[in-house]
Amino acid sequence: MFEPGFFSSQPVHVALIVGGITAVVSAVAGVFTVLRGQSFAGHSLADVSTAGGSGAVLLGMSPLTGFISGGLIGAAAMDLFGIQRVRGRDLATGIVLGASIGLAALFLFLDTSAGAETGATQQILFGSIFTIDSSTVPIVAIFGSASLAVMAAIYRPLLLSSMSSDVAAARGVPVRLVGLLFILALALAVGLSALSIGAILSTALLIGPAAAALRVTRRVGLSIAVACVIGVGATWLGVLLAYDSYYWGSSRRGLPVSFFIVGVTFLAYVASGLPVFHALVDRRPDTAAPDAGER
Amino acid sequence: MPVSDDVPDGKAPAEQAGLMFSSFMANAWLTATIVAVIAGVVGFFVVLRGSAFPAHAIPNGAFAGAAAANVIGVNGLLGLGVCAVLAALGIGWLGRGGRRDVATALALVMLLALGAVFLSVSGQYEPEIYSLLFGEVLGVSTSEILPVAVLGLACLAAVMFLYRPLMLATIVPEIAEGKGVRSQQMEIAFLVLLAVATAMTLPVVGALLIFSLMIGPPAAARSFTSRPSLAVLLSVGLALATVWIAIASSYESNWPIGFFVGMLSALSYGLGRAWAAWKRTRSTRLGTA
Amino acid sequence: MTDARWRHGTGNGVLDVEGISVTFAGRRVLDGVSFKIGAGELTGLIGANGAGKTTLLRVILGLQRPNGGRVLVEGAPLTRLGRSIGYVPQKVQLDPDMPVRARDLVALGIDGHRFGVPLPSKTRRATVDEMLHAVGAERFADARVGTLSGGEQQRVLIAQALISRPRLLLLDEPLANLDPGSTQEIIGLLHEIASHQQVAVLLSAHDMNPLLPVMDRVVYIAGGRAASGRTDEVIRTEVLSALYGHHVEVLHVGGRVLVVAGLGTNEDHCLPVETPREVG
Repeated sequence: MFEPGFFSSQPVHVALIVGGITAVVSAVAGVFTVLRGQSFAGHSLADVSTAGGSGAVLLGMSPLTGFISGGLIGAAAMDLFGIQRVRGRDLATGIVLGASIGLAALFLFLDTSAGAETGATQQILFGSIFTIDSSTVPIVAIFGSASLAVMAAIYRPLLLSSMSSDVAAARGVPVRLVGLLFILALALAVGLSALSIGAILSTALLIGPAAAALRVTRRVGLSIAVACVIGVGATWLGVLLAYDSYYWGSSRRGLPVSFFIVGVTFLAYVASGLPVFHALVDRRPDTAAPDAGER
Repeated sequence: MPVSDDVPDGKAPAEQAGLMFSSFMANAWLTATIVAVIAGVVGFFVVLRGSAFPAHAIPNGAFAGAAAANVIGVNGLLGLGVCAVLAALGIGWLGRGGRRDVATALALVMLLALGAVFLSVSGQYEPEIYSLLFGEVLGVSTSEILPVAVLGLACLAAVMFLYRPLMLATIVPEIAEGKGVRSQQMEIAFLVLLAVATAMTLPVVGALLIFSLMIGPPAAARSFTSRPSLAVLLSVGLALATVWIAIASSYESNWPIGFFVGMLSALSYGLGRAWAAWKRTRSTRLGTA
Repeated sequence: MTDARWRHGTGNGVLDVEGISVTFAGRRVLDGVSFKIGAGELTGLIGANGAGKTTLLRVILGLQRPNGGRVLVEGAPLTRLGRSIGYVPQKVQLDPDMPVRARDLVALGIDGHRFGVPLPSKTRRATVDEMLHAVGAERFADARVGTLSGGEQQRVLIAQALISRPRLLLLDEPLANLDPGSTQEIIGLLHEIASHQQVAVLLSAHDMNPLLPVMDRVVYIAGGRAASGRTDEVIRTEVLSALYGHHVEVLHVGGRVLVVAGLGTNEDHCLPVETPREVG
């Protein structure tokens, strides 16, 4: 099961740590994303990060810088274009997404023809968890904590305005501000997971564990915990399988980590529909979730 | 990488412009025209139904299909089509019961990851992935034009066949139900139509950007007119303008065609919004309702 | 219920509801509901929210299968095709940005359920214009449906339902979100449709007062059961009390009808059955 050298390998250590942190941050952000029905926005932020990451490479900076700044700029732009208003929201999101991908296409093209980075496309799009420099770990930890801190700080008002923005507004919650803070925290989460799983696949870590958790329980606190467990589990399992895959067959070419992580989260989501898991996780029958609060 | 090596550089602009219309580019113009017509027509319904997210997700099924076909060595277009349709049905099935957004998101990344894996196994990783995702001006060979045209005609025929009940089910689903037009059936039919449309448009514009051609121009069109038939025509017109300018620009600058499609679609959308806003301020100033 | 007017009336039963029962999750929503409607009659389906009005309308439309009883439209049981029922649903969400004009929505009423593309023709256009005129919607015929006011939208939906020349027109709470002025206009329009076009009109409402001047017949639903007949026959203390299963009082105050929980009785559980509504 564990191929030789797994536990002693330095890249594996880094991968497990970085992957673990980003999985936790993504899971927490993901639960709110699903509750708020903002899956499309979350995915779009990932694609905006793509543009950021590929732009950063072009400028000779590290992809992580680009992922995060791209995500933050994208989040601010989305808030500006009125992503919090329901009408025309999906359309505006899609347009921003399309423009970002277009930019990413350009940047990646310029990256590779400049000859500076080989394999930039793969790295940006699909992640490169085994080639992360260990000096990146503290940065990931800091940004991850920042995102978690923001979400912890706005926990109650965020929860309330996610359930019903009218009720929240009536109670004096600054709904617009809370929404903006959340989407910035979300951008951080997405930017970080782009490092391990790739920008356009980071949606899997964001939505998958959270959606699966919300299917087995409706209690928010519990679902956050479950989502973290699923997310970290999927990431670590993905790292393991990817490492092992180098030894499968004779060609000594492993399969990408991101594929395994995405596959595991997808399976987790499909499996979460089975009643046995709901019974396992949450004893209270009235908290079954026939469908998540999609708007 | 976009644009093949035998594109001549360093010639006088007039000559270069002439080359843009020469026979080896003819495929690109022809295919792009077909693509734009289909995207404009199907896009009208994508915007009407608010299906921007599925329109973004389903082409990834085509992407996975193309990658798989690459590995297996099957006819590319067939692989694209079949996988796109399966993706559409899968999204429809997974998303039943109000979980549409989540299902679409997860299906999207799963298909993308699958495609990436197929490509990594086939060893053609970098260039192939790039052109499938972001488009390739010369992505369609002469032998593929006929199947693309046939598929295009089939799509148009399907749209014309479904027009009335789809309109009814989209605008007033409760009334449609009363007349025997079931929303779930229309949704599945529409998703399959979307799948076929994206499958045939993917080789030129790329999986990640075909959907922006299906939302930018139609969104703009509906700002300019309130008549449905006119909105469809305008949508097609804007889509044609978009791809033609994109091809020309891509040819001249060597930059990827997907970049121009994404940007021009955003531009169309912006123009539409600006026009609508201007009309609103004008009408309030004149004091009309 | 005996119904003298029905017996001597227009004669041809357009709608025949016989013993309809519907059970949801163990609860009897409708229990043996029966009534008849003839051409040219305007019937009010009156009941509180949740009384089962929408359920009954859905049964008539064929969207809900009843656990018992049957529905005959023009003497024949319901079939999907060839049905001649126009339907105006309760709540319609129309996007203001949609490139669909009022006249386009009305045109969809002609043949929107058939496959294919509508071929533009002079007769088609004339029919739509005629219907728009009949409901008083020409003024905003070319406006986007999503930008219309509640009353305007209602007119367009009615036109859409009428254009296929149905014998029966069903409306689910058409007056629910209208201001008093629009309420009067729509009621007037429906009355005219019933009497001049000889269409059987059945509309549901939780407040019968605006309808009193024009209602030919009332079907009052309470406790899952229904009583039908002329207003003065049905809206009586003893009839409604029998329906509700406990004492209710029918009061006539200033030209209006109020149904309130029993006054001056020893009923232990008196649930307020009808809250008086301010109309105009």
